[in-house]
Amino acid sequence: MFPIVLLSVFAVVLLFLGFLKSRSVLLPATLLFLVAALVANFLDWNKTYLYFNSMLRTDNLSMVFTAIVLLSSFLVVALSGSFEDDEAAQPAEYYAIILFSLVGAIMMIGYENLVMLFVGVEILSVAMYILTGSDKRNLRSNEAALKYFLMGAFATGIMLFGMALLYGASGSFTLAGIASYASHAQQGLSLIFYVGLLMLLVGLLFKVSAAPFHFWTPDVYDGAPTIFTAYMSTVVKTAGFAALLHLLAASFTYVYSFWGIILAVVTAITLIAGNVTAVYQNSFKRMMAYSSISHAGYLLIGLAALSAQSRQAIVFYSLAYSIATISAFGVLMLVTRQRGMQTLSSNPLSNESFDAFNGLAKQNPLLGLAMATSMLSLAGIPLTAGFWGKFYMFSTAVERGQIWLLVVAVLMSAVGIYYYFRVIIAMYFRDGATEPIRISPVFRYVLVAAIILTIGLGVAPGLLQGLF
Amino acid sequence: MQPTQDVLIPEVIQQIPLTYYLILSTVLFIIGIIGVLTRRNAIIIFMSIELMLNAVNLLLIAFSSYKSDSAGQVFVFFIMAVAAAEVSVGLAIIVMIYRNTRSIDVGLLNKLKW
Repeated sequence: MFPIVLLSVFAVVLLFLGFLKSRSVLLPATLLFLVAALVANFLDWNKTYLYFNSMLRTDNLSMVFTAIVLLSSFLVVALSGSFEDDEAAQPAEYYAIILFSLVGAIMMIGYENLVMLFVGVEILSVAMYILTGSDKRNLRSNEAALKYFLMGAFATGIMLFGMALLYGASGSFTLAGIASYASHAQQGLSLIFYVGLLMLLVGLLFKVSAAPFHFWTPDVYDGAPTIFTAYMSTVVKTAGFAALLHLLAASFTYVYSFWGIILAVVTAITLIAGNVTAVYQNSFKRMMAYSSISHAGYLLIGLAALSAQSRQAIVFYSLAYSIATISAFGVLMLVTRQRGMQTLSSNPLSNESFDAFNGLAKQNPLLGLAMATSMLSLAGIPLTAGFWGKFYMFSTAVERGQIWLLVVAVLMSAVGIYYYFRVIIAMYFRDGATEPIRISPVFRYVLVAAIILTIGLGVAPGLLQGLF
Repeated sequence: MQPTQDVLIPEVIQQIPLTYYLILSTVLFIIGIIGVLTRRNAIIIFMSIELMLNAVNLLLIAFSSYKSDSAGQVFVFFIMAVAAAEVSVGLAIIVMIYRNTRSIDVGLLNKLKW
């Protein structure tokens, strides 16, 4: 609850800081605000509170998710230093929108009432539409913004219809009220309850880009400015999965036999669609978009199983995924800018392709190491955080006895190794005409921190356990 | 203006069976979905989305008055407020695209392909 209040105030303050002549104060201020919110988040540690007329809840799980979201946005904001040199950029507004959108994300994590879920989803989504289109002169960014906006609003409509039907069946918007209605499942529930649940799930699955509702993802992730792609693919996904997990665990455990199998099928489709399509990409950025779809699939395994371990598995996986994704996009930003300066072409098709990474590791060992670590983590190679993330996910499926899903997931992570290793091979074994890339100190700290976190969590995954 | 007769609004709503409201709003919602999927003009797609949201509002009000529970009506206000915010951002995006391409046909937006 404290982060919501703090971030709302800080975002307004940031807008006013935008009036200052000097832009250099904005980035440190935003980072400071995020740290303050992160500290305030833990004030309620080990206590469970309901705030705002039982609209929002804080417990250890929601605080851990909030911490992941705040940490990811801290890393992303730290990588956004290039706004200072860009004449067309408006960093004060961008940072303020990021802070506002975090308020939405935290509401999605801690809601107790469907009204709050809706408001949280919308605050986050509307902010994302703006950030996607923030490169106003760029047609690709425009197109991505329009597609994201139309598809996102469409999904919101479906989600709202589901909420209305659930309200009609159960007479309540609170998760507890819906759960008490669903507990009479033996006597038979009305049809509109099931339809409502399905539509609500479709709306939320749309937001986390699960197949078959994923078709907007590659275009939007590809067209948006890279820094905001990094933000979208981490914060929105974490918040979306926290919302889904809380919804299903708090309200719909009684009707698991209905949605469990549906979610398992969606998981399998997501895994196959994401991984197989990613193999055929030539652009690294677009490959990362499909990779994010496939990671939505891995995260869905934990939801479809919804066992005792699911909470832990989803927390661990989203943390590992967020760190690896942010450092990969960070390296991509540097490489793209370097290529743009070398070849004087702003053609994103060549600047963001796999070939842009040729020979990177020889001249820039730190960038090579950061990228290699995050690719290994995303592929799920042992001694990285991603391995344990996948391990926990798969063990939830085993616990539920969903062996067929496990087989699909293992096969698909083998496919994943192919396209993640393409980057590593390009960096270490191909020759390219890259010169040393100048890395600003903040950038260097973020990349080193990401490497340490990824490997640290891979060596000692128990660090996170027992926290909540 | 003072209400002259003692008819309460929920009673007026309840003169029509609940199923009819459900059918009406479902039909409106489906018209909206068809509009989103088939039209190519960004503004018309936008209008179709608003139609979907208003179908939800109608349904919520019907349920709310049948259950004599105010939560549904309060939710309608939330939807209206949020939809207004969404419209402002959406129209800004459409204006931005019109400035760059002199068109709002979504079929022309095909820069992003794999």
